[in-house]
Amino acid sequence: MSAAVTKIFVPRDSAALAVGADDVAAALQREAAQRGLAIELVRNGSRGLFWLEPLVEVATPAGRIAYGPVAPEDVPALLDAGLLAGGAHALRQGATDDIPYLARQERLTFARMGITDPLSLADYEAHQGWAGLRRALALDGAAIVQEVTQSGLRGRGGAAFPAGIKWRTVQQTAAEQKYIVCNADEGDSGTYSDRMTLEGDPFMLIEGMAIAALAVGATRGYIYIRSEYPHAIATMQEAIRRASAAGFLGASICGSGHAFELEVRKGAGSYVCGEETAMLESIEGKRGVVRAKPPLPAIEGLFGQPTVINNVITFATAPLILARGAQFYRDYGMGRSHGTLPFQLAGNIKHGGLVEKAFGLTLRELLIDFGGGSASGRPIKAVQVGGPLGAYIPASQWDVPLDYEAYAAMGAVLGHGGIVVHDDTADMAQLARYAMEFCAIESCGKCTPCRIGSTRGVEVIDRIKADQQREQQVVLLRDLCDTMLHGSLCAMGGMTPYPVLSALNHYPQDFGLAAVQEASAS
Amino acid sequence: MDDLIRELLAAHPAQDGALLPILHAVQERLGHVPPAAVPLIAEHLNLSRAEVHGVLSYYHFFRSTPPGRQVLQVCRAEACQSRGAEALLAHAEQRLSCASHSTRADGAVTLEPVYCLGLCALSPALQLNDRLHARMTPAKLDALLAKEGL
Repeated sequence: MSAAVTKIFVPRDSAALAVGADDVAAALQREAAQRGLAIELVRNGSRGLFWLEPLVEVATPAGRIAYGPVAPEDVPALLDAGLLAGGAHALRQGATDDIPYLARQERLTFARMGITDPLSLADYEAHQGWAGLRRALALDGAAIVQEVTQSGLRGRGGAAFPAGIKWRTVQQTAAEQKYIVCNADEGDSGTYSDRMTLEGDPFMLIEGMAIAALAVGATRGYIYIRSEYPHAIATMQEAIRRASAAGFLGASICGSGHAFELEVRKGAGSYVCGEETAMLESIEGKRGVVRAKPPLPAIEGLFGQPTVINNVITFATAPLILARGAQFYRDYGMGRSHGTLPFQLAGNIKHGGLVEKAFGLTLRELLIDFGGGSASGRPIKAVQVGGPLGAYIPASQWDVPLDYEAYAAMGAVLGHGGIVVHDDTADMAQLARYAMEFCAIESCGKCTPCRIGSTRGVEVIDRIKADQQREQQVVLLRDLCDTMLHGSLCAMGGMTPYPVLSALNHYPQDFGLAAVQEASAS
Repeated sequence: MDDLIRELLAAHPAQDGALLPILHAVQERLGHVPPAAVPLIAEHLNLSRAEVHGVLSYYHFFRSTPPGRQVLQVCRAEACQSRGAEALLAHAEQRLSCASHSTRADGAVTLEPVYCLGLCALSPALQLNDRLHARMTPAKLDALLAKEGL
């Protein structure tokens, strides 16, 4: 063994921590010290190959070699096997970049994820960091907006509104004070790409928000992070501190004379605060109740001022678009869905993890080619795409391309890219009931269809399950869903019918009704 | 206690939309936001008590009563449900002799369902005090609880 220091990477991502990454890191430090081995332990972000977490990587002359999933008790044997030189071991996964799951992706936004130390400014700079901001500093606001508009980027939070148009509205609205607000209230089950970004590449988000600030002339920004993400909050706060100290934020970004101050605001466990106007109310210190629109937040947003509100991934995509040009990004995807989406495979899936691909691949490719089928080994029955307000997709629809319009056409949504897999033990009537129950718990209460409809929805589904006037109650449930769909103020009540109706339509047998042919497939 | 809250309030000078940061600061220090804090916060921010109470009671994260000495949060969202979260929560209730949304009579533990910890690819997941745990099973939960003396 040479005396040179070997770099070893153990992720600090929450999901890696939740399966023991800290214990693995401690075991490596301890064992290496006992053996007199010189190692430098880097706490990187996660590559997003979660079934392999904790994923330990070692830097060798042949590149980074991956081992996983590593338990603390594996560490002595790994070192015996020559871990520091990339030695053979049952947990060895080969060169990280060659792992098929990763090699087949199109990582644009997540290109640095898991590679760098999230809080190292030098690492960020060495991996194309700040290139987008530097280009933006050489342009005027209108030209930045034009670049984002040309790229075809649509909001990655779920509503898919063109980002450039939103930015242009704020840019063209005259005001003394404008704001940039990042919606990091990622509450959808099955989604974790925001969390990974906040924890694993925080400077990318800061850079994207600074670009937006330059584009529209905003001098203050807020990142609203849910309280369930304490690691993300801590990482982001430290990243802002370091970026400010280095002059990327503050009174004069990179000495340009443009001011931009950034602050983290912590949510308090309210799902509906992921809706943009409820989030604004929350930042203003009020109950997170949805506002009626208009006025659009782009014209009257935070504290009544013009405000750009985007999701984490939307802002995080801006640096790449500025650095590589609109056309580079636009060339990915299909139809009017340009670029890539970080799809998040979750639930009952063998290889759960983040897959960044251009729009247009199919659910089947994600579930089978990437995901490897269900974790339980049983047939996959239903796949919920787009979070708790997204439809359940049966196998008959798995070949529809993942594209905003194609999904809308079948009454489904891509949302924020979350994909939750259920095997054939799932009771779809129970999941439909849960959707209504969740809406009842989380409704802000401002509009009646959502507040009352969700509670009545639970009761109606209970009666269907108990076979109390079943056929009649099904008619009532559909009527109720129609009212919620068309009468709610925001997506909370307006989309809860998606999981409910898709469960009812595709899996009627779970409600005690006559079955359809398509419900189950492997 | 009033002095402690006044001290926290003094550390939070006029900040736009200061109410949530203040409530977080109080809860971080005391473990909950006692009713006695409401009029002090209202006065500090020039709000009515009703407004402060309205915000405090709106958000699931804030507590008006102290939690148990240990807090177990079990994720109930869909991704965790697909891997047995409901059974895990039922097991926790039985093992701890404590119903969801409640604190056991001896004050040892609070059990709460939560809706997404962001660990959806490694479900089911839970949080025990400040630590996250994923790929959980009832047996692993038993071992964790035993380690914490529960």
